[in-house]
Amino acid sequence: MERVKRLVLDVLKPHNPNPLEFARALVSLCVGYEVRLVVDEMDENTESIILEISAHDIDYELIAEKIKEMGGSIHSIDEVEVVNTSKDEEE
Amino acid sequence: MISRIKTFLRLTHASKITRRYFVTNGFDGALTMLGLNMAFYYKQLVDIHVALGACFGTAVALMMSGFSSAYISETAERRKDLHDLEQAMIQNMEESDHGYAARWVPYLIALVNGLSPFLISLLIISPLWLSTIGIDLPLSPIETTLLLSFLMIFFLGLYSSRISDQFWLWAGIRALIVAIITSGIIWLAR
Repeated sequence: MERVKRLVLDVLKPHNPNPLEFARALVSLCVGYEVRLVVDEMDENTESIILEISAHDIDYELIAEKIKEMGGSIHSIDEVEVVNTSKDEEE
Repeated sequence: MISRIKTFLRLTHASKITRRYFVTNGFDGALTMLGLNMAFYYKQLVDIHVALGACFGTAVALMMSGFSSAYISETAERRKDLHDLEQAMIQNMEESDHGYAARWVPYLIALVNGLSPFLISLLIISPLWLSTIGIDLPLSPIETTLLLSFLMIFFLGLYSSRISDQFWLWAGIRALIVAIITSGIIWLAR
C-alpha cells in the first residue's frame, strides 16, 4: 500500500491568515503532521510560500481543501516522497 | 461555529469596526433619547404614554437606520476587498473563508450597529415604561430617563477609554460634556 510521507508544495496565498496561522491550521488537520513553511515572495496582496509537509500518511485532498478554504491556491507539487508498505507492516 | 466567526472577524479586522460602531451608534441612541426627553421635560409634557411611544418609535428608527446603513456600506466595502483579492490571486474566492467573511461580516456589523442604539435607548426609556405599568420611581419618569441618559453617555465614554487607553475619568467626563452642551442647546431653543 502506498503512503505519501512528504510533500513540497508551491502555494500562493493572501496575507491573511499569516504564515504562522496558515501552518498551524494545516498541522491541526491530523495528529503527526509536520509543516515547514517558507515565504518565497511577497507583494501587496499575496505571498508565495513553499510548504513542506511530512507525516506517516499525508491526505493530499484534505491538505488541498484546507489551503483552498484559507484562500490559497496550489501552484505546483514540487516534491513528493511515497513509500510502498505491505499490509503486515501497516498493522 | 464560534471559531469560524472568530476567523471571519480576524480576516476582515471586523472586531475593531464593530467596537467602534457600538460606541458611535450607542452614543447616537443615548444622545437622541436625551434630546427627546429634555424637550419633553422643558415642554412639561405630562402624558408618559406619548413620550414612551415617541421614544420607542425613535429607537426603532435608529435601529433600522443603523442596520441598513452599516449593511449597505459594509457589503460594498467587503465586496470590493474580495474583488481586489480575487484579482491578485487570479481565482474565484467565494468558497474560501474570505468569501464567506465578505458575505457574513456585513450582517454582523449591521447587527451591532442596529442593536447598540436600540438596546441603549430601551434601557434609557425603561423608567417611562415602568411608570406606565404603575411602578413608582423616586424621581419623575422623565427625570429618571434623563439621569439614565447621562449615565449611559458617561459609561460609553468609559468604554471608549478602554479602546483608546485614555484616562477613564477624562473620557467619561468628555462624553458628559457633549451631553451637557446638547442639553444647553435644547434649553436655549425651548
